[in-house]
Amino acid sequence: MTGAFPVAELGHFALVLALALSLIQSSVPLWGARSGDARLMGVAPATATAGFLYVALAFAALTAAHLQSDFSVQNVWENSHSAKPLLYKITGVWGNHEGSMLLWVLILTLFGALVARFGRNLPDSLRATVLAVQGWIGSAFLLFILLTSNPFARLDPAPLEGRDLNPLLQDVGLAVHPPLLYLGYVGFSIAFSFALAALIDGRIDAAWARWVRPWTLAAWTFLTLGIAMGSYWAYYELGWGGWWFWDPVENASFMPWLAGTALLHSALVMEKRGALKIWTVLLAILTFSLSLIGTFLVRSGVLTSVHAFATDPTRGVFILGILVLFIGGGLSLFAWRAPTLKQGGLFAPISREGALVFNNLFLVAATAAVFVGTLYPLALEGLTGKKISVGAPFFDLTFGPLMIPVLLAVPFGPLLAWKRGDLAAAAQRLGVAMAASVAGVLAVLLLSGSHAALPALGIGLGLWLIAGAFSELAERTRLFRLPIAASAARLAGLPRSAFGTALAHAGLGVTLIGIVATSAFQSELITEVQPGDRVEVGEYGLTYVGTAPMTGPNYRAEVAHFRVDRDGVGIGTVTPSKRIYTVRQMPTTEAAIETYGLSQLYVSLGDRSERGLVLRAYYKPFVTLIWLGAVVMAAGGAASLSDRRLRIGAPRRAASRTTDPVPA
Amino acid sequence: MTRKQRRLAMIGAAGGVLSLALGLVLFALSDQIVFFYTPSDIAQKGVQPGTRVRLGGLVADGSVHRGDGGKVSFEVTDTASAIEVTYTGILPDLFREGQGVVAEGVVGADGAFRADSVLAKHDENYMPREVADALKKQGHWMEKSAQ
Repeated sequence: MTGAFPVAELGHFALVLALALSLIQSSVPLWGARSGDARLMGVAPATATAGFLYVALAFAALTAAHLQSDFSVQNVWENSHSAKPLLYKITGVWGNHEGSMLLWVLILTLFGALVARFGRNLPDSLRATVLAVQGWIGSAFLLFILLTSNPFARLDPAPLEGRDLNPLLQDVGLAVHPPLLYLGYVGFSIAFSFALAALIDGRIDAAWARWVRPWTLAAWTFLTLGIAMGSYWAYYELGWGGWWFWDPVENASFMPWLAGTALLHSALVMEKRGALKIWTVLLAILTFSLSLIGTFLVRSGVLTSVHAFATDPTRGVFILGILVLFIGGGLSLFAWRAPTLKQGGLFAPISREGALVFNNLFLVAATAAVFVGTLYPLALEGLTGKKISVGAPFFDLTFGPLMIPVLLAVPFGPLLAWKRGDLAAAAQRLGVAMAASVAGVLAVLLLSGSHAALPALGIGLGLWLIAGAFSELAERTRLFRLPIAASAARLAGLPRSAFGTALAHAGLGVTLIGIVATSAFQSELITEVQPGDRVEVGEYGLTYVGTAPMTGPNYRAEVAHFRVDRDGVGIGTVTPSKRIYTVRQMPTTEAAIETYGLSQLYVSLGDRSERGLVLRAYYKPFVTLIWLGAVVMAAGGAASLSDRRLRIGAPRRAASRTTDPVPA
Repeated sequence: MTRKQRRLAMIGAAGGVLSLALGLVLFALSDQIVFFYTPSDIAQKGVQPGTRVRLGGLVADGSVHRGDGGKVSFEVTDTASAIEVTYTGILPDLFREGQGVVAEGVVGADGAFRADSVLAKHDENYMPREVADALKKQGHWMEKSAQ
């Protein structure tokens, strides 16, 4: 392909142009905002849009190189193979360090271009400053790519065949996981840029929160889906049935999620009541800082795990520099300018604001606990050379207790009035939810005995969240106190954000029930089987039929066949397999997962011993609720986002506050 | 409540929650973390039987024995010392003799290591970091060329 169009050079050139545009975007509009020059400020949207188009061109060029299997491009040679299926040729573009950084910047500039496009009704100086801050971030990461991680480096002579992509990454789950995740945590850069712009301007008001909230909400929604997708990928691809390992790489995406959740809620207080301004600005800075720390953890190679594709210290030091610059710079600017922002809005401790502050305190404390557990081992090793591992027990003991108060309090929040609430009245309205929760606890205890006390309480808490979430809707529609038709009419008249809140909170409960039920009631079986053997796991029987070889496009596989029965009645077959990817000579286990209702049967293969094939089977009751809950939460985010009040670009600084019927 | 009292209440609540978090973290760090040892560390310093540790090194050649019901035993070595490890369950895909491994578990009174989890490297380029460092210490580490 060397005689063909020099697509890699085109991509490289586009990236350099994008950097040049980004540097202009970083400086000129800022000068314009200081001097009040509309023409200079007008440079911001143009450069943001053009910069995005050039990065998109570079990304397209890299994709083209991967599609053509142009092994003269080092990145393609290292991560592709001519026999790799088409889908993985595309997803392989971001299944490696250089490509995934390019995706990161692509999404960053995409958000910049969206602010340029939809921010037309922002005050000119605010829009110019926000885009300039976006430009700083873009410049830093474009420099990082061009100086340390150029995806367009050539090899001469060009190898004839590529080294293939890590087989664990040749998977549909991985195709969507990184883009979703990046849409999430790069999306928080907008909140960061708005926060810095507010500090530079020295001006902040409720309208600011109304602009920031849709972006934060969109980022949060994508991040929720991205984390859930990553968890499901680990669950089915790694072959041992775990769905969350408290691995630093997972924590790297979870910390911005926790902080982002806090930010969503505090921005709500700011939008409605003009209180918590300084706190909200700080949270916006912290949330994106955690995203940057996540990028550092995953991309610098300080951790060794499947995500740390590259181990090159110059990259680590470079990202660390970016980290220090933006986090340090952001926090310094905050320390310097925050006192000039006017605080406002008084409220009693028992009020909607109070509940949201409660939420924020515990979420931030939980984030801090996860932060310590993730970074302490690295710090300790760096300082003393001692090596430790901080695993699930640490997080169970710290994160768990800090989340319980929040979960208990969630249903109260929406039922309390702004400014001064009535806790007893809210509790009264939650009577049905309490009854549902207690009934759930008793049902679990009756079914599984008193040793299941903790899981019963966990499931009760999940039901409390779900029923509590809908209590608010029932309350606002006067369900059962008005004729059903009148309630339905009220329901149709509710703002979409009310459904958003209810869905997001209910989704949390759904996930919690999934986690508790799977952890407490799963059955696990490890055994050896010979053809004809029947083993039982949970309510299911597995009969081993035999093993057959199979050849895939870039792997060989041994596929085992099992007949599945429930109480002796055949209900299907499962075919777990072991694959060897021929190029890398790397084995992988492909678990067979069968979904029955909300529960799953999970069968994976071990090695062959003298006594037969080693089999690991799990029955995981209600496991799908873990991810379904996340989808419900994201649906809540999307519903809120579609609310007219919040639609991107809708808010206007002079607009009068919408009249939102506060539940009496 | 006056503005000042409210602010004090807020600061008090924040302080309370943060000290709760700090207390939990410190308690968990003192109790729930697991130290990493090489076979040489255990041979020289010894480990209290029953303490949870992570053990890293290479799986000694010819040491893997598979028993009934998924029971496996193997030796982990850092070339200076070796320690016997027993484990029940399915070993990771990339568990092989002569390759790096990290086992987490407890040392029994008999000196054998009972692992409840065994981690191997994820792909052919990757060696658990602790193992690489331990081998470097023993002077048996060769940098892999970029191929």
